[in-house]
Amino acid sequence: MKISEIASLLDAEVLCGKENLGGEVKSACGSDMMSDVLAFVKDQAVLLTGLLNPQVIRTAMMMDMQCVVFVRGKKPTPDVLALAENCKLTVLTTNERLYTACGKLYAAGLRGGDLIE
Amino acid sequence: MSELLTLKYTVHGDNFTGAGEASVSMKRELRQLGFDANVIRRAAIAMYEGEINMVIHAEGGEAEVIISEDRIEIILRDEGPGIANVELAMKDGFSTAQDNIRALGFGAGMGLPNMKRYSDDMRIETEIGKGTTVYMTILSDSPKNAL
Repeated sequence: MKISEIASLLDAEVLCGKENLGGEVKSACGSDMMSDVLAFVKDQAVLLTGLLNPQVIRTAMMMDMQCVVFVRGKKPTPDVLALAENCKLTVLTTNERLYTACGKLYAAGLRGGDLIE
Repeated sequence: MSELLTLKYTVHGDNFTGAGEASVSMKRELRQLGFDANVIRRAAIAMYEGEINMVIHAEGGEAEVIISEDRIEIILRDEGPGIANVELAMKDGFSTAQDNIRALGFGAGMGLPNMKRYSDDMRIETEIGKGTTVYMTILSDSPKNAL
């Protein structure tokens, strides 16, 4: 699925990384617990979260992800966005809640990917 | 194997916002040196969790990264409270972090287990009231690269 399709399915606003909307992603995860993302997630390219701090961006960077989606209409501060821009992450914000946003993407074919054992 | 580069960082304990900056910098250096993406990811996650731990529990500390062709050695030193029971601290889900840290997405008792999971060797030296030093080795050639 292209990141642009994710934006369209979630009726999301693109906050940064417009140039990478054509990027192809194969799996996603949704969590507010960054330690869980770091522990169990493998090869996921998209992180959906309701958490709004710089560690969300750093976690995505560590995991080589391509896109972060903030749910419930949340928008990060400019310094957090600058961090994302710096590492070429695309950042979206959607009014959907986490469960619904994940469900819409899953229903459209974007799966959860493998878990680390 | 010959040493390619040594990196040294100060991890500031009063600044959760900045936690992870050293890991980001190390990741960039490893990429420039041409390490395999899986090796870089393992080293970056292990160091990042260590950095977060130093900020949450120990008011910061020092990080040293010794990079050789066949391995990355990460040494994290702090002068925090020490770990009372290392065996317990290594268990998934055990945490002494406060709720304010959990609200930030960490403190779920996954830090040390994650560091062990992603490194090929991990050793902890700790003394109550004196501090903790964590030694981690990430090998370039390792079955854990499939993680």
